[in-house]
Amino acid sequence: MKSAMKSATKSLRAMFTRGRTVVIGTPYAWLLVFFLLPFLIVLKISVSEMDGVRFKDVLTFADGLMQLTLKFSNYVFITQDDLYFKTYWSSLIYAASTTFFCLLIGYPFAYFMARAKPRLQPALLMLVMLPFWTSFLLRVYAWKGLLSENGWVADVLTFLRIDHLLLAGGLIPALDRYMNSPFSLVLGMTYTYLPFMILPLYGNLAKMDLRLLEAAQDLGATAFTAFWKVTVPLSKAGIIAGSMLVFIPCVGEFVIPELLGGPQTLMIGRVLWDEFFSNNDWPMASTVAVVMIVLILVPLAIFNRYQAQAQELRR
Amino acid sequence: MNAPRTRSRGVLSPAFNQWFARGWLAAGYVFLFLPIVALVIYSFNDSPIPNKWAGFTTRWYTALVKDREMLAGLWLSLRIAFYTACGSVVLGTLAAFALVKYRRFTGRTLFTGMVNAPLVMPEVIIGLSLLLMLVSVQRATGFPERGALTIWMGHLLLGMAYATVVIQARLQDLNPQLEEAAMDLGARPLQVFTLVTLPMIAQSIMSAWLLTFTLSLDDVVLSAFLSGPGSTTMPLVIFSRARLGLNPSVNAVATITVAVVATGIVVASYLIARNERNRTRDMAAASRAGG
Repeated sequence: MKSAMKSATKSLRAMFTRGRTVVIGTPYAWLLVFFLLPFLIVLKISVSEMDGVRFKDVLTFADGLMQLTLKFSNYVFITQDDLYFKTYWSSLIYAASTTFFCLLIGYPFAYFMARAKPRLQPALLMLVMLPFWTSFLLRVYAWKGLLSENGWVADVLTFLRIDHLLLAGGLIPALDRYMNSPFSLVLGMTYTYLPFMILPLYGNLAKMDLRLLEAAQDLGATAFTAFWKVTVPLSKAGIIAGSMLVFIPCVGEFVIPELLGGPQTLMIGRVLWDEFFSNNDWPMASTVAVVMIVLILVPLAIFNRYQAQAQELRR
Repeated sequence: MNAPRTRSRGVLSPAFNQWFARGWLAAGYVFLFLPIVALVIYSFNDSPIPNKWAGFTTRWYTALVKDREMLAGLWLSLRIAFYTACGSVVLGTLAAFALVKYRRFTGRTLFTGMVNAPLVMPEVIIGLSLLLMLVSVQRATGFPERGALTIWMGHLLLGMAYATVVIQARLQDLNPQLEEAAMDLGARPLQVFTLVTLPMIAQSIMSAWLLTFTLSLDDVVLSAFLSGPGSTTMPLVIFSRARLGLNPSVNAVATITVAVVATGIVVASYLIARNERNRTRDMAAASRAGG
């Protein structure tokens, strides 16, 4: 009886372990091949030399001599060339500005959503999701129309004399010209990434225990103090998640700078695209990519840690 | 949980707070929907010159029917999106399962990092790296040719990340006792999955499917890097036209897209709400019968 049970448990566990291998192994293998391996290849190509259309081998073996040829000239070029440095810096600034404005508009938005009547909240959420599900390309294209000559937003901004303010700040090239400027770029990016900020914030704020606020007020805090000392610290995880979801992709954005940006707006995503599609310089494009990855490594690590923490909390 | 009755101890009265909140929300929604409304209205503009209203017309829609480039792109995009959604859901369910059910396995941190990274990684990086890898493989083995298949692979990578997040959230909230009960009653692990777990996460699988479908349908950068001659997706067609300037045919496509998405969301919300009502009703009936 005991031996029969023992073998039954063993075969059950074996089956379980086999299934476990499939369940973990399949996505793991897929990711290793299609996500990690490509990065290693990018790294390799960034130090390779192009010979016409082929890449010269990095590791060669001839006459009994194994040679490792790493061409670092692309990296040297990037660090020496002023334009690349300016572009990387500019991309980080645009991404940071976008994150700031998304937070500025999105935090109160998520807060008011979370404090609305519970009956209304699903509808409010659905209304935020609807633009999110509509093609982002088309909505960015729509801003081209809104900000061009006689566009609705352009007309309103000119009527309110806001273009004087923007011109003074160097954000638009001329009065009543809003397109292809830093202004239109940041506006477009803020618009596109706003749902990415609102949704995690809302998820975080909606779960907050409101009795904590009650307790704070019972202890004598004004609504204002309660907000800053209780609500905001508790929503820190949501703020970080939303900020990373906006900042990191914005650094490497291509479509929005291409449609709404201009010659003045330097973005590294466009540089990578041009190196690859216009110059056909694959090693250079790879080098640009590697440096970009290094730049976003820290925010990426923060994002990853937040995700892991969020998982732990749910258990 | 009831909202606390907040006594105003500050400068601002509760009434002001309420109107401020409503105003902010309203302004936010106007901001979010303004481009969509503009797109729809100008798709009926009888003039190729943008922003100058010249009368109502539907000629841009009738022109779409003859627009071979756009229609071919649409057909390709729909096919790729379908396969992307199916693949993403499969891989996403597996990955979500691995993350939720198996607390510890070798290389879990790397796995988590790789699953979450495509969510935020700039698409130019993903596109470039994937393309370079595929080209290396192609040079060595002669396969695969750049085209629909390679676009699908790229979209699958992105879709899997999103699908995992959605399904994982639902999987984590599940009551493990239901699965344990099934196992106590003698079900094998695979049966537990198909008969107990799967029905409970079915709704999130559906959302993940729709989400990855939309994502694939809308993707520009990955498609541009990974496409080959003759495989131009609809977003690429729209993008090349949008780059050149304002084009009313794009407005027409946009309006149709918005209509489809809006209908889909409304229908989905209704079905979800009805599902919830039925489920709570069934569970209440079951507990009454059992008790």
